[in-house]
Amino acid sequence: MTVRIGVVQFPGTNCELDVQFAIEHLGGEAELLWHGDDTTRGVDAIVVPGGFAHGDYLRTGAIARFSPVMRAVGEHARAGGPVVGICNGFQVLCEAHLLPGALQKNAGLKFLCQTVDLRVETTSTALTNLARVGDVLRIPINHFEGNFVCDERALAELRAENRIVVRYVDNPNGSLDDIAGICNAEGNVVGLMPHPERASDALLGSDDGVVLLKSLIAAATTRATMLV
Amino acid sequence: MAEAQSEAIPEDPLHRKLGMTDDELAAVVDELGREPTHLELAMYSVMWSEHCSYKSSRAYLSRFPTEAPWVLVGPGEGAGVIDIGDGLAVAVRIESHNHPSAVEPYQGAATGVGGIIRDVFSMGARPIALMDPLRFGSLDDARTRYLFEGVVSGISGYGNSVGVPTVGGEAVFDDTYRGNPLVNVFCLGILPIERLVLARAEGPGNLAVLLGSSTGRDGIGGASVLASASFEAGDEAKRPSVQVGDPFEEKRLIEACLELLDAKLAVGVQDLGAAGLSCAASETAAKAGAGMDVDVARVSKREPGMNAVEALTSESQERMLAIVEPENLAAVLALARRWEIRATVVGRVTDTARFRVYDGLFDAIGVPGENPRPPIGDEAAPVTSDAPPIADVPVESLGDGPLYHRPVARPAAQDTLQAADPGPQLRDKFPVGSDLSGELLALLATPTIADKSWVSRQYDHQLFLNTVAGPGADAAVLRVKGTEKALALSTDGKGRFCRLDPRTGGRLAVLEAARNVACSGARPLALVNCLNFGSPEHAEVMWQFSEVVEGMSEACEALDIPVIGGNVSFYNASGDDDIHPTPVAGVIGLIDELRDRPPAPALRAADDIVVLGDLRPDLGGSEWAAVVHGLDGGMPPLADLGRAGALHELVSTLVRERSVTGVHDVSDGGLAVALAEMAIAGDVGFKVELHYDGCTPAEACFAEPASVVVCCVDPKETAAVCGEAAAAGVPARVVGTAGGDRLIVKGALDVALADATHAWRDAIPALMSRET
Repeated sequence: MTVRIGVVQFPGTNCELDVQFAIEHLGGEAELLWHGDDTTRGVDAIVVPGGFAHGDYLRTGAIARFSPVMRAVGEHARAGGPVVGICNGFQVLCEAHLLPGALQKNAGLKFLCQTVDLRVETTSTALTNLARVGDVLRIPINHFEGNFVCDERALAELRAENRIVVRYVDNPNGSLDDIAGICNAEGNVVGLMPHPERASDALLGSDDGVVLLKSLIAAATTRATMLV
Repeated sequence: MAEAQSEAIPEDPLHRKLGMTDDELAAVVDELGREPTHLELAMYSVMWSEHCSYKSSRAYLSRFPTEAPWVLVGPGEGAGVIDIGDGLAVAVRIESHNHPSAVEPYQGAATGVGGIIRDVFSMGARPIALMDPLRFGSLDDARTRYLFEGVVSGISGYGNSVGVPTVGGEAVFDDTYRGNPLVNVFCLGILPIERLVLARAEGPGNLAVLLGSSTGRDGIGGASVLASASFEAGDEAKRPSVQVGDPFEEKRLIEACLELLDAKLAVGVQDLGAAGLSCAASETAAKAGAGMDVDVARVSKREPGMNAVEALTSESQERMLAIVEPENLAAVLALARRWEIRATVVGRVTDTARFRVYDGLFDAIGVPGENPRPPIGDEAAPVTSDAPPIADVPVESLGDGPLYHRPVARPAAQDTLQAADPGPQLRDKFPVGSDLSGELLALLATPTIADKSWVSRQYDHQLFLNTVAGPGADAAVLRVKGTEKALALSTDGKGRFCRLDPRTGGRLAVLEAARNVACSGARPLALVNCLNFGSPEHAEVMWQFSEVVEGMSEACEALDIPVIGGNVSFYNASGDDDIHPTPVAGVIGLIDELRDRPPAPALRAADDIVVLGDLRPDLGGSEWAAVVHGLDGGMPPLADLGRAGALHELVSTLVRERSVTGVHDVSDGGLAVALAEMAIAGDVGFKVELHYDGCTPAEACFAEPASVVVCCVDPKETAAVCGEAAAAGVPARVVGTAGGDRLIVKGALDVALADATHAWRDAIPALMSRET
């Protein structure tokens, strides 16, 4: 069966073609979902990719959450469909209240584009089901606002429910509890600041992101099978 | 022209306020057969400015070799374009944004990035890479730190958001740039050859559609000249002519324009840069041998009360002009709506060979499209069908500016400067047997040599998943998706060398960029240059300019690299002092087959270290003599073009064959610094002996010979590599091995790898966190 992964495109998104390329490189099928359309066109999983959705002159993701496609993405998520937000996509998912917390400016007040070490903390998610707990992955970050914050209760919940998906080995941006990525209670919605698609080919320096993208394809396949 | 006549300039010498000479005004009057109107004069003053007309430099630029079978578009268009096979082409352009960045570093740099990107996608190419060659004064100076910080943030803020990765560049620090930083921007785009378009307003009856931002009072006249001229009574708005960038608008413009060209909805596209709409509209018409009528009432303005001069010469950012056949207009407007960009019919192609501007013509004669109203209540003049043009000039005359042969004179002090060889003094100070360890550490901590990750970390250098080698590599290497090919890019140029001997300096700029590209295994296909100089009204500067152009041309001819584009920036000065002549050469190379990562500029433990090329003792202009010891005279290194060509071929071949495990060219700081950089990158020390005839140990370590490359070689391959070098006629010497945790040049220096790493890595962050 063909698994279809939708990649959301806001007018200022810029990683959509990279995510599409990486997924197709790994044998998946990816199509773009235009922000102005109130539908996910029946895809099996969704990626909200990186970029600057609507320029992000306001708080990142603050406008994007009102784009028509986000209503459909929310519906897909609440129905258990896999959704992964990468970088700006993570910010958008937080703004849309599909994930708790928020992402503020990096502690150093500078944009950071560099490769970092990430430790996998749980494998019960749409993005890590093929990884092993404790795996250390070298994956690039590329953000100005990647400093994760949430209130104490939310942090306690994230910890107690094992919802911290990946942590920085050497925290680059001041994120609370070294958090690089989290998921919702069901594990089907994941947000992370690092870019797995940028670590999907050894020619470019690292292919440690492949296990994450393959996990997403696997989650999409499971979802598609369930719905048949 | 009755009404226009009444507007004609009175005795007040307005043309001078606009920066035109009396002779230039006379030429305009001669061309028109009458006095120009205000608008006409404003348009000529901008179009005939140095920036737009190259009136002082044009006579020399024809010297550059520009032809090769793979060149599709040479100099003179939005960007140069070369054929790289597989149905693909590459569009490249380089430009300066020096003066805006000196005034407002963030926006100056940001709008520089925006402008160069528009030049590239106006050819139908998707911009996929930026490089930023930057030059500043010393970082000891607080204002320089402010400029450096602002420029880097501006490039980061705009480039990252618009979605074009910054894959490389330079940051050079020298006091000559203290009052006048150089912010050059380079952009590369890729396109299927069939999407290539030229900015041509073909076909009378076709419509000129203005896409993107509304038109404001920013950047009027491209300089303050207009802001200081009294055009109208009640000239309340004397705004600083700072242009402000909007990367989100530009991002949507890129996508919309590329879709437009993919769908063949536009005949031609041109960006609005210097001189704004008057330049874009007249140039597209002139190049097509057509004419153009523009209706200024249709231009969507940002604020009420803007007059025709302001609307026609505004340099508001993020605007493009598309030439559209009338039957495609509806589709173009729909596409613009989807990307949420403004689209307004502002002009019409004619067969008159005239550039005419009207106020309110199109409603009267029924040109389709809305007549947009400004957002705040502007009571526009009533529209009348018989209103005469407010400008009416031969279309090609605007782009056909004056040509100057300015006086040229070799500076009187040039001989003295060249005779001030730092060699003898440094030989006295550092006789054979001196410990040079501290000298190496000092060099590693000079900002020009030190680690630039403080800069490159702020740039997205990975978007599009092409970046095989990014910042820090000798050349950036980008794979070309869908093929086995890769592109290699490098920008280089050293003002100090050019000051000492501009012709040699011009050659050296080309050689270094080409050498870097060779170190990635590529062969050079094309070169673009950005020529940053002082005032062309100084005969000494024109001499420097002519010599640099000659030197660059000689090197390009010798290496068979066509020049496909360039930019000239004059009037760069710190106070009364012209900057060092600073040409920046950007070389684009092609790797035919890239299957794995090319060797890095790094050592590998237990490998042999082989030096290719000959060392020479010349220290003139070197980082060691000039920056560490303040001795800035002498002669630059020899630039032997034949030897350089042989070395580049050899290195490129060795890299392609993967006969070397690491490779790095010798440039700033000399051989010892090149070795140290490779040691730091490979996290391993080295032990070498550098006995070269005619060189003291210090000269062997720190001179900056033009054609030397360091290779790290698996001992099993060493004999073969040396054999290949011998066959190519390139001197090769096994100087030692990689290993341990110390950097050792026998009898000269011995430094702990950790100390070298700290000196190199901490220098710029430490300077940038200084409070005073």
